[in-house]
Amino acid sequence: MADPTAPLPEDAKQWTAKLRKVAEDAFPPSKLLPDRQPAYVASWIYVFGVLTLASLSFVILTGIVLALGGPSWWHTSSTGLFVNSLHLWSVEFFFFFMVVHLWGKFFMAAWRGKRQLTWITGVVSFLISVGAAFTGYLSQQNFDSQWIATQAKDGINATGAGSFFNVMNFGQMLMWHITLLPLGVVALVGLHVLMVRHRGVVPPFDRDGEVQNTGGRDGASSRRELSGEELAESSAGNAEAAVASRSGGDD
Amino acid sequence: MRRDHSGGSRSFKPDRDVEEFHGAYVPYDLAKEFIVALLVVGLLVVVFAFLFSSPDEAPVTIKSWSMNSPVGFAQTAITELDGTSATANYGPPYNSATPGATQSIGPLSPERWMGVHHPIDTSLDYVIGPLKTLPNRPALDRAIGRYLSAPASMRNAWDSAYEKAVASARFVGGAVVVRPGHYGPVAEMMSALTSMARSGALDGALLSNRQFYQTDYTKPLMFIADGSYLSNLAQARHLQGTQWGMMNETGNYPGQAWLWLYTFWYQVPPIKTSPNGDLEVWSIMMVLTALLVLLPFIPGLRSIPRLTGVYRLIWRRHYRSHI
Repeated sequence: MADPTAPLPEDAKQWTAKLRKVAEDAFPPSKLLPDRQPAYVASWIYVFGVLTLASLSFVILTGIVLALGGPSWWHTSSTGLFVNSLHLWSVEFFFFFMVVHLWGKFFMAAWRGKRQLTWITGVVSFLISVGAAFTGYLSQQNFDSQWIATQAKDGINATGAGSFFNVMNFGQMLMWHITLLPLGVVALVGLHVLMVRHRGVVPPFDRDGEVQNTGGRDGASSRRELSGEELAESSAGNAEAAVASRSGGDD
Repeated sequence: MRRDHSGGSRSFKPDRDVEEFHGAYVPYDLAKEFIVALLVVGLLVVVFAFLFSSPDEAPVTIKSWSMNSPVGFAQTAITELDGTSATANYGPPYNSATPGATQSIGPLSPERWMGVHHPIDTSLDYVIGPLKTLPNRPALDRAIGRYLSAPASMRNAWDSAYEKAVASARFVGGAVVVRPGHYGPVAEMMSALTSMARSGALDGALLSNRQFYQTDYTKPLMFIADGSYLSNLAQARHLQGTQWGMMNETGNYPGQAWLWLYTFWYQVPPIKTSPNGDLEVWSIMMVLTALLVLLPFIPGLRSIPRLTGVYRLIWRRHYRSHI
């Protein structure tokens, strides 16, 4: 019996079919969730991408719990204070890991090989994150919020942005902090990760400062499996290589 | 002419292009990596939250300010009435006060272009308006009426005399006491406003508008910031701009350390003392930010990673295995 859901030739003209084809071409499952990585991905610096993602997960999770209790909850509840502390330290680790990741990618010139959009989405994610953290400080309803608002207003007013972005309007800052800016961060980080998966991890320069060409074979296969001896050397008994070998997906 | 991996014929640039990698691949488990990272970060966050908690110092209110520093409050309040406070002379987006108060770089003055969006008339909003809300105060009502109906020159004379006198005022018996002088109705108005502030009523009066629910604290915060009380508390907590305050927070916490470069420019002469310092710092930061975002396209800057050679450290294992 014929599959009634099987595509027909005329379906290829559909926007949906075209969109699916574009997505499948850009992100085949082997690219989206690869199980191997180039052997040059062997440094602790590669770990900071995934640590940034993990920290962001905790920032969002703890933010959601704080949202459940409302903006004043953590001032009156010891549980709320602890959740707020989790939120604060998640943010601190998020920025620490992200900045190390950014510097690492800078020194790798990770924009090479049509990876410019990967770089740009990463930097813009960082910038939006700065705004998200800033509005978080303004939404605390305590002395820090007051002082930061009264100091920051001058710079923001000087740019003209103070006319529509009022750092002393608690309601406006809270809305930016818990909706607009997190949406921006998550969207940009999502796009960033997709770009990493699409383009892969940037290859090394060659030793004297050009691009490494490791002498791959001409022909269909561009992969070469490490021999057992090479694999053992690259991972077994070497923690750095072991961690690095797990981190290739987080360019 | 080398070709980039896309097969194009443009010249190969090592800071822009790569050749396709044909070397070895090794197994790795992305899902496992993410779960391990979650566990590690989760542990770190819980330990730090447990050990260090998070800062939460009580905010300053007009009540707490006027209770702790009644004379300081009265000294600020008279500047709001006579229009000499920082807020009264701020310019956009709060008012269109003193010409030249707005920041500019050459002919560029974005805040002037945007205009007034959060209007504050310090005399009406901070003094006369709140005083008019006090019930059953016929003497005060007469004082306000007298003040408002007096010629401007007379009001200025009363204001100036009281402003000088309150500089050496004392707080005795629950009232701000100034030496005898020709203050007209101003002394009574200031006394009433200070009492109102100390009762907590002024905090509410500055928030009131047509709606019941409030979220905009622009007016009370600007009033509080005009005084030295908030600033002195910040100074003691190392939060002033000259103390790299923009990136600090109360207590021994990291604060917004990622704002270090933004804060740095405020420590650098001549920006440090420039009347246009905020606009200058933001302009510098916007240019630097644009350079960072567009780095992959900027010849010279994009060569820094290759020229500094830090990549040799990052990929040292790779280079070692390809000798």
